[in-house]
Amino acid sequence: MPDPQAKTPTAPAEQPTRRREELRLGEIDPALHAPPMRLQFGPSHPATHGTVRIVLDLDGEQIVGADVQVGYLHRGFEKECETGYYYQNIPYTDRLNYSSPVLCNTAYCMAVEKLLGIVTPERCDFIRVIGCELSRMADHMLCVGSSAMELAAFTPFLYMLEARELVLDHLDALCGARVTTNAIRIGGVISDLPDGFREFSTVKLDRALKLVDDAHKMLTDNIVFRRRMEGTGYLSPQDLIAYGVTGPMLRAGGVPLDLRRTQSYLVYPQLDFDVPVGEHSDNFDRYLVRMEEIRQSRRMITQCLDRIPAGPVNVDDPRVRWPAKNQVFGRMEELIDQFKLVTQGGLFPPGEVYFGLEAANGELGFYLVSDGTGKPYKCRARSPSFSNMSPLGRALIGRQLADVVPTFGMTNMIGGECDR
Amino acid sequence: MPDNSPQPPAPAEPPAPSALMTAVLARVGALVLEHHADYGDERIHVAREHIVEVCQALRDTPELGFDMCLDVTAVDYFGNPDGFRMPPRVWDENRGEWRIPPQSRQHLVPPPRGPEPRFAVVYHLLSTRHLHRLRIKARVPEDDPTIETVSALWPGANWLERETYDLYGIRFTGHPDLRRIYLYEGFVGHPLRKDYAKEHEQPIEEYAGPGAKEPRRPQVEYAGPASKDPDRTR
Repeated sequence: MPDPQAKTPTAPAEQPTRRREELRLGEIDPALHAPPMRLQFGPSHPATHGTVRIVLDLDGEQIVGADVQVGYLHRGFEKECETGYYYQNIPYTDRLNYSSPVLCNTAYCMAVEKLLGIVTPERCDFIRVIGCELSRMADHMLCVGSSAMELAAFTPFLYMLEARELVLDHLDALCGARVTTNAIRIGGVISDLPDGFREFSTVKLDRALKLVDDAHKMLTDNIVFRRRMEGTGYLSPQDLIAYGVTGPMLRAGGVPLDLRRTQSYLVYPQLDFDVPVGEHSDNFDRYLVRMEEIRQSRRMITQCLDRIPAGPVNVDDPRVRWPAKNQVFGRMEELIDQFKLVTQGGLFPPGEVYFGLEAANGELGFYLVSDGTGKPYKCRARSPSFSNMSPLGRALIGRQLADVVPTFGMTNMIGGECDR
Repeated sequence: MPDNSPQPPAPAEPPAPSALMTAVLARVGALVLEHHADYGDERIHVAREHIVEVCQALRDTPELGFDMCLDVTAVDYFGNPDGFRMPPRVWDENRGEWRIPPQSRQHLVPPPRGPEPRFAVVYHLLSTRHLHRLRIKARVPEDDPTIETVSALWPGANWLERETYDLYGIRFTGHPDLRRIYLYEGFVGHPLRKDYAKEHEQPIEEYAGPGAKEPRRPQVEYAGPASKDPDRTR
């Protein structure tokens, strides 16, 4: 188990140079040299799972210039949040990262709870961790599966998507929706766990992990997959930190920074899990870190289901608690309560908070500025995809054109989160 | 005989700054205008002329070691020149309202410095070694919305500053590549400013109603099945 305090980030001994030696760039006849060719990669390219445009300058097959342009999915998330009440913005956060929405819900709601000073019940925290880890599994499965598909390995993609379906069945049982969950509320969760969730989960997760193991066997020993992933997309740990890269990309570079470990929130301090750390900071290590995190998430879910206490799942606080419907229609005070919550959004103090948690791709943080009304004055999402994308151009320059696809795939840019 | 007459309440002592804030103030205290720890988030305010100096010191001092710039953004305090300069409140469960705690009535609100500039550029820093965080705020006026770039210190700030420029119109002097990042070239205005209406639309091509973009075709009568076409009945 790596101790984040003890291990200081150290550079891998040497950057993998196998591909660079194969290039033998100096042997090209100068007379044959043309000026660099400009290639538009994207915005809608079949080998990228995201709308991003990369303007590549190519010298032969070598990339000499890369301009990564994002913003094709910009929908004005922050502007939209400024005009809605706090509770109305929760569904928008689903659309930030649509492959792990519970994590986005949780980050937003916990930022609002930090502003209000609310402590959620323990059962609620356990359910949130279950939802978060399920989301993380689904996100990693989609990332690995689609990246493998872009490298022409179609069967693991089908395996991973089937495993993801099994994970999404859990979210379906938790909140009734598979993708846009809207599962977390300010001060609680949408509903308690359904009856028999533990048995249901054991069966489904066993099958999902079996599929992940099968895909792992297919990919990890596959010579084509390894040749395209190993040594490509290298970024030194110093670069990763300076560029603000977090999540599996950073941990694949040997920096054991995981907010679940370092910044104990929810019930993560009570759980026993490992933080996988890579060595070479290349795409293959990013893939291995993700595969291991799927298994660690499975461990955490099992522990949560074993230890989850009984009790309420919503905090009983008049600032955020929605009264029960039968009381709203039968009693005056609850009716007024509901009316004021709906029309004024609740009671919030002025101030500003930042809360970040470990999402599937890194630190997802919300910076809220409140002016004392029921609507956020500013709601800023610090999205991991955006910061993880910014060193992409640096990782590509000097490499082959074919390295774009695995590097972009393992960056796992989610358009909704990157472009907000 | 002890004096039991009621004493006027002594002015409450401000809470002692945390270890992190003490270290920050020891290093760059001369440049810090004010510091807070509301809601558990440490933050300092600096003048915009000193932002690079402060950031450099925070990054290079070993015991601070802020080696990661998580976020750069801005807040538009349009029409709120004091920037909601209010004391933090506590929730009174019995009365069901937010109250200012008595011990923080005097000291937590800094004296007013007059109307403050409109924008605040906000930096969130993280130390991956010491695992502590800091927020820096620097006010930027409306008529000259410029501040020096920190992208030379943290290359990750490059895109974040481009985004802040795109959405708030704050120019970062010395930035190597200050282009819009989300919106297209030729977009007028900066949409996250408070005086930019949410309903204001700027489509690249004007939308003129359903079907208007397609050329209107002359109505042709149906000539029957193709076999009746004289060209096809040879």
